[in-house]
Amino acid sequence: MSEELSAWQLIASGDATLFAIVRLSLAVTLSAVAIAAVIGLPLGALLALARFPGRSAVVVVLNGFMGLPPVIVGLSVYLLLSRSGPLGEFGLLFTPAAMVIAQAVLVLPIIAALTRQTIEDLWHEYREELTAMDVGPLGQVATLLWDSRFSLFTALLAGFGRAAAEVGTVMIVGGNINGFTRTMTTTVALETSKGNLPLAVGLGLILIFLIILINAAAWGVRLWSEQRAG
Amino acid sequence: MLSRRIFSAIATLLLLTAGATPALTQDQSIVVASTTSTQDSGLFGHILPMFKQKTGIDVKVVAQGTGQALDTGRRGDADVVFVHAKAQEEKFIEEGFGVKRFDVMYNDFVLIGPKSDPAGVSGTKDIAAALAMIEAKDAPFISRGDKSGTHSAELRLWKVAGIDIEAAKGPWYKEIGQGMGAALNTAAAMDAYVLSDRGTWLSFQNRGELDVAVEGDKRLFNQYGVMLVNPQKHPSVKAEAGQRFIDWLVSPEGQKSIGEFKIDGQQLFFPNAEQQRS
Amino acid sequence: MMRAASSDLPLVLDRVSLSAGPVTMLDCLSLTITPGAPTLVVGPNGSGKTSLLRLCMGLAAPSAGSVSWGGRTDRGPARRAILFQKPVMLRRSATANVVYALGQAGCPRRLRAARAAELLERVGLLGLANHPARRLSGGEQQRLALARALARDPEILLLDEPTASLDPAATRFVEEIILMAAQSGTKVVMASHDLGQVRRLAGDVVFLVRGRLCAHAASGDFFEYPSTPKAAAFIRGDLVL
Repeated sequence: MSEELSAWQLIASGDATLFAIVRLSLAVTLSAVAIAAVIGLPLGALLALARFPGRSAVVVVLNGFMGLPPVIVGLSVYLLLSRSGPLGEFGLLFTPAAMVIAQAVLVLPIIAALTRQTIEDLWHEYREELTAMDVGPLGQVATLLWDSRFSLFTALLAGFGRAAAEVGTVMIVGGNINGFTRTMTTTVALETSKGNLPLAVGLGLILIFLIILINAAAWGVRLWSEQRAG
Repeated sequence: MLSRRIFSAIATLLLLTAGATPALTQDQSIVVASTTSTQDSGLFGHILPMFKQKTGIDVKVVAQGTGQALDTGRRGDADVVFVHAKAQEEKFIEEGFGVKRFDVMYNDFVLIGPKSDPAGVSGTKDIAAALAMIEAKDAPFISRGDKSGTHSAELRLWKVAGIDIEAAKGPWYKEIGQGMGAALNTAAAMDAYVLSDRGTWLSFQNRGELDVAVEGDKRLFNQYGVMLVNPQKHPSVKAEAGQRFIDWLVSPEGQKSIGEFKIDGQQLFFPNAEQQRS
Repeated sequence: MMRAASSDLPLVLDRVSLSAGPVTMLDCLSLTITPGAPTLVVGPNGSGKTSLLRLCMGLAAPSAGSVSWGGRTDRGPARRAILFQKPVMLRRSATANVVYALGQAGCPRRLRAARAAELLERVGLLGLANHPARRLSGGEQQRLALARALARDPEILLLDEPTASLDPAATRFVEEIILMAAQSGTKVVMASHDLGQVRRLAGDVVFLVRGRLCAHAASGDFFEYPSTPKAAAFIRGDLVL
């Protein structure tokens, strides 16, 4: 990207580098949220239904992890994926896959904790009916997840917002490699460090615009399907 | 129905990621841990396309402070380390983490300061005297404080000026623990002095009231070295491709392309590999 | 739908007590429920009707004594359906609620849509089939819950005051559905505090006072020849303490 151009000129001119960066950012974040959802939704639901000693402690820790500092997550994943770390043989550090893993770790507690809360509330309502219908544990989890899908959708959006906006973890584990692991947020950080504040602000605005756009689309889908399913 | 929808959503996402990621197996690529000064100045943007065109090797640059870049090499997460802190680099070789160190080029540091020049050092040529003035007048000074090559150069210069900075530092001396650009941004915001490499300074846009205060002192020269990470320590190192990059950097062709890189007509890096290798 | 090989009837409660802490809900109660016309459980509020139903459903275990279904005590009734006083609708359409119950009862997937429509028609909700269940009125929800219960093709259908909050027209409609189910072989056990309803529906009447079985008699006998003073007082409409 040429530094003389403002962010808006970049958009208008359809700058290929910019679009590659936007595409990478979205792909990384959406993959991370998808992975975190596949793990976090059932996990949160199980935690909502299961009763075991120390459950309260687990719930408190999980809620606390919603505020995990991105830098700590980044550092932990870095040490894990480093060639000298336990998963070093896969050579994932400084790749988009590493960024997906780090963001998934960051978002997983958010999705799991919000899911647990949502499912537990619904479970109090549904318990007698489902027991009366002899629904097994797996069926209960599936039913509760499906019937609270609109609330869970909001949990996923919260996770998406957190992952899309964060820079600490992807910078550490991705390395901000030009054309390979450079995302919107790391580009903003880089342009800031170059003193190119107008471009940094412009890119930041594009990022905010994209996040709002995705939230608006999600909101629309939710309204539409809520009217159909109730 | 639910599981089928989730499945197709995941499949779509994986395709998206795959599409956004250049196929890894097809072209060769190496990871070079380097410093923010080389990346932010735009040097890599200038020379890497030439190397890629010649060899087909994709060079992925992770720009960090020199200390962190060396650590990245030490952990085996980079194939090549390209930094500027000779003492630390030689220690890296001694410890067996690097194969051999090659001088590549040098650039120079400049002392940046506000145009108001509270320490009265602007236009002088003696960096040691200038630093002594700054300390004497408690003029605001921003230090990288991040163990980077620039940071170690700054600490060395304080020593040359006869100042024990650990003892002398006060509210006027601020260690920010961040990169060169962040240090310049901070200096611009606080009208402070700061030591910067010339390349980052020239490509820096948010200068505010800042300007070059001291330049041209021989002690401000800054040598860059490049090393292959030892494949015997880390078998994952792509030794062959990494060595090709190093060979190219010190070859006449690589040296020429480094010398050709200019910002606003000014040459930033001065290749000096040949005479060192003889 | 799979018919269970063995019957869950007769349902026998043998000297059953149910207590939670210091509170005794049921006290040494023995009762046998046999196939046939609906059994109505009556008594003042707090007399233990709901507790009795929960024991009959296998949803609660007795503190003392035993409950057996067709001679078995190891598990609750296999083909039971329950209509709670305040049924909870799943957050789905009316049809989807019934389809869900059909699925749980083991109805093959391809038959569910047709069977659900049939059940909705039976409770008069076919016109609201695609409405979100939670936006139906109280009476409509009660009828939908009934359709959901009937979807299980139960051998025992337990109802906890299903018409308590309904207007007379809706009550009549629900009662007709219940009678129809009873006539097609389902054993109905139902709590009620509406004596008129008891007269209309009951084959036999179980009368509880403060957790104790005060009378168990055929409907006609219960009303014509009350066996205890308390039963007589209850029928007269006096307060029974």
